[in-house]
Amino acid sequence: MHNKEKHIVIIGGGTAGCVAAGRLAREGYRISLIEKDKKPGGKINNWYQLFPDRRRSVEVTDYINKEIDHPLIDLMTGTELDKVKYKNGKFSISTGKSDLGQADAVLIATGFDLFDATRKEEYGYGIYDNVITSLDLENMFHSGDILTTKEEIPKRVGIVHCVGSRDEKVGNFHCSKVCCVTAVKQAIEIKEHIPDSEVFCFYMDMRMFGPYYEELYRESQEKWVVNYIRGKVSEVSENIEGRLVIKAEDTLLGKPIRMEVDMLVLMVGMQNAKAGLNLQDKFGIQTGVNGFFRIRDNHYGNNLSNVDGLFYAGTCTAPMNITDTISHARAAAVEITEYLSKN
Amino acid sequence: MARNFGFAPIKGRVIDFDRNDKRVFEYVLEREPSFALCIGCGGCAATCSAANFTEFSLRKLNILIRRGENDEVRKIVDRCMLCGKCTLVCPRGVNTRNVVFLTREAFEEFDNYAI
Amino acid sequence: MPFNPFVIPFNIGLYFIILYVVARGVVWFRDLPRTDKLRMQRGFFGRPFILSIKEIFMEGLIHRKIFKVNPVLGYMHMSLAFGWFLLILLGTIEADIFGEKHLNPPYKAIFFRFFNPDHGTAGLAKHYGFLMDLILALILSGLLIAIIKRFWSGIVGMKRTANLKFLDKVALTSLWLIFPSRLLAESFTCGAYGSGSFLTGSLGTALAGFLPAEIMAYPFWWLYSLSLGTFFILLPRTRYMHIPSEMFLIFMRNSGVRIGDQYGSCADVQIHACSSCGICLNVCQLSTSADITNIQAAYFVKGLKREDDVFDIALNCLMCGRCDEACPVGIELGPLRMIHRRAGDPPKDTMSIWSGYLRLRNQNIQDNGESHITAFQYLKPQPVKKGPEVLYFAGCMTHLTPGIPIAMRKIFEAAGIDFDFMDKDGSVCCGRPLTLAGKDREARELIRNNSDAIWRSGAKTLVTSCPICYKIFMESYHLDVEVLHHSQYINRLIEEEKLKLNFLNKSVIYHDPCELGRGSGIYSEPRRVLIHISRLGKSNHEKEDALCCGGSLANLKIDRRKITDIVSDVVEELTLSNPDYLATACPLCKKTFGKADIKAGSEIKDIAEIVAMAIVSEPPEAIELKKRTKLEKVSL
Repeated sequence: MHNKEKHIVIIGGGTAGCVAAGRLAREGYRISLIEKDKKPGGKINNWYQLFPDRRRSVEVTDYINKEIDHPLIDLMTGTELDKVKYKNGKFSISTGKSDLGQADAVLIATGFDLFDATRKEEYGYGIYDNVITSLDLENMFHSGDILTTKEEIPKRVGIVHCVGSRDEKVGNFHCSKVCCVTAVKQAIEIKEHIPDSEVFCFYMDMRMFGPYYEELYRESQEKWVVNYIRGKVSEVSENIEGRLVIKAEDTLLGKPIRMEVDMLVLMVGMQNAKAGLNLQDKFGIQTGVNGFFRIRDNHYGNNLSNVDGLFYAGTCTAPMNITDTISHARAAAVEITEYLSKN
Repeated sequence: MARNFGFAPIKGRVIDFDRNDKRVFEYVLEREPSFALCIGCGGCAATCSAANFTEFSLRKLNILIRRGENDEVRKIVDRCMLCGKCTLVCPRGVNTRNVVFLTREAFEEFDNYAI
Repeated sequence: MPFNPFVIPFNIGLYFIILYVVARGVVWFRDLPRTDKLRMQRGFFGRPFILSIKEIFMEGLIHRKIFKVNPVLGYMHMSLAFGWFLLILLGTIEADIFGEKHLNPPYKAIFFRFFNPDHGTAGLAKHYGFLMDLILALILSGLLIAIIKRFWSGIVGMKRTANLKFLDKVALTSLWLIFPSRLLAESFTCGAYGSGSFLTGSLGTALAGFLPAEIMAYPFWWLYSLSLGTFFILLPRTRYMHIPSEMFLIFMRNSGVRIGDQYGSCADVQIHACSSCGICLNVCQLSTSADITNIQAAYFVKGLKREDDVFDIALNCLMCGRCDEACPVGIELGPLRMIHRRAGDPPKDTMSIWSGYLRLRNQNIQDNGESHITAFQYLKPQPVKKGPEVLYFAGCMTHLTPGIPIAMRKIFEAAGIDFDFMDKDGSVCCGRPLTLAGKDREARELIRNNSDAIWRSGAKTLVTSCPICYKIFMESYHLDVEVLHHSQYINRLIEEEKLKLNFLNKSVIYHDPCELGRGSGIYSEPRRVLIHISRLGKSNHEKEDALCCGGSLANLKIDRRKITDIVSDVVEELTLSNPDYLATACPLCKKTFGKADIKAGSEIKDIAEIVAMAIVSEPPEAIELKKRTKLEKVSL
């Protein structure tokens, strides 16, 4: 049977979904790419610059858009999956709008949701004006203005690591991996925008796991004099002047530290996307203790699900940076090609 | 006793780990396994009601107990008001209140044998 | 006077138990504090006595409360208790009317059929015999349920049955044997003599058809007497001691005697009044949600009776009060636990049933007068602002839920109240957490420090956002200010029309915090506030039946992950109707709810936050104008 007669449905048109779609289309498979938002690209659309080299994220978006520019890819934006039937290794899938017919394989690339920072009420997101998330800060970078709600330039900015990650209190035991380096990147960007500002990162552990991350960390210290305080922020309040007061312990000194800041940035972590979790019952797939989809093997089966013909790509299986997401998506394409050539 | 020929480490400067009494640590850990989960983030110490008024760091207490530095533990452990705020912020889910409670209990238990 | 040796075991048992119960009652009474003795004496000649008779009838015999919770279980208890009572009462009357003489010894009533085998074949006696058979049938039906319950506990609707110790098992067996042996003894006798009514008569005739009824009857009369005797003799050492103890407890309670804060006579009566019915096991969320099944009230009380080390069990409890509320005997389970938290492991001899005779009076009050070096010397007098109208004490936990104090600030400002935020820079803990850990003496130092600040402020009203603080302010602080929880205070502001609120078209389910609801009896004010501004719905757990969020400070021992199990169940249960807001009135509940996965569309809010959202925002001039027109109206 010719590849063209094989049909693959990819759920999620973010980085992983698009990269896998491009690869598989070039192999000659017919692809239906379902994206719930109005345009493809996913979370990266919100980001301004990427670590570790601070290239503009639009460059990567361009790459992704080129990937899916292929006659065999049917991109359906603003669409969500509705019904699934699974029989003899084939899926019949319909969206709310149309019937996609039979699929020989399905790739889940539903990605992640950012942690809802209002759940950590002690940090005051949604309560105090100038407590923002890392995503809000990216939006500020887009607009070019980093201002408090009173339209003032912040003189001192605090950055809180591990918000919604490594936290038993919100049921997320895992490390979201990318927040540490995001904090370093954003600290540098703040200093770049406002050279005479002070930036303080409050961290539990600095996890610089990727290539050139440690170098970025060094740069932040050497070139930008970003301050790092080892201690988890546990309370935020507002004083009469409307400045934020944060309480932490400077654990390396063994003394509590109190500090006023004009703006507090919460490094919100990753958790499995609600949209992805909604597919759980439809496909009969499982999640691990970290809430992400459970892969068949941690080392050599990290694109495989517990259902034959159903594959995963990207951050629906674990927190990942963009590099790893792209590699993971390409690996998924290889797995799917192999699976379809056997069946 | 003329141990170490006069080169005995000065108490308080060096943690004499091999000689320190770790019974309090064992006592607490056995009854509250979550004690082992601490990563020393200091969240507890930052939110602590008592730390507003006096030197008291639960994070430090935790490590002192592990190292068997019981004299220092004894000095501060009673300052805790058991209000429980630390338990509410601990990202590792350590039952910090019970750690304090058990530490006091351990001292009562072992006091007869003089730690 | 007719006599037969088989009545001896019964007689020994009966006289033993009467003497024991009387002696026990005397000891209990003797060991009461003087004021409680006076209460009981006064009660004996007054209303409490009558009330107690009524309550003993309703609860001890009919078991009305158990009926309410579980009709089958209620029927079981009722048929055994009330049935047996009727059997004795009517049996005595029967022996008196139909026997050869009046005023017989008790065994004549119990073994009436043996001594009058041909009685009741005609006339009034026949009808009376029918009645006696009916009662026996009632008891036997209850017994059947009891046996089923023991072996297949699910059938009677109870999830768990309290485990028994050896003596309990022997006593239980003898109890179970009493009525079947009576049935068979009477039936054989009736079969031999052609007497008896629908039960004993029919069964007797049937048995006599193929068995030598006359010979068979005698061993069963022995068995009947022996099982009665065994049961009576074992009674003091088994859970069946609850029968006399419960009567004593009812009278004690009606006379106004309470358990207090130290182990004493009243606590002793209470632990013996527990029948191990197991109702507390099913309401305990530690068992239903967190799979912790060895610390519930019934096991705790059993541990006390057995003189086990119950210190850890005493501490492993949310103190939510659900078992107190459910206990059909009305044992003060929370205070009982508190006693053992305070005392650590109390001296064993004060708890023994037998040492009650021997122990010296009041030896269990131990205060060796040792001077205590205070742990909280670092606390200095708190700085206070003089003379605000209202002093606001947020509480430690509230600092972790900044939404609440911010909402309160808005409310104070909207109502134009002059207030001071007493602990805005961090609280001196109210002392309740120490109290709950059994450390009263240390708690007193915190109470002193806070009281001092409150007095010095000169405020008339103290408002707190934390029900935990509220409870100890009410119970252990001796303040000359009015103490209100913020839900009460907001309700008052609304009633006095100081606070103008919009109606928010939102559906709300209200969760009663344990310390505010069952702990302090405040149910209506928060509801009135919410009805005023929202569509307040009902969950399956309202007021006294409210669930505990699981985050209670009272439990020192619980694994944090178990709290997640509990709170997930609670949130799921409370958001069944998909309310816009799940409202509570406690920072700790709110923080704990945050651990659960909340359904999309529902939000957790403190009552103060919802009120703050509803505040009518008017320009200051408009408010001023309104004030003036109001004043003008008044002056007119």
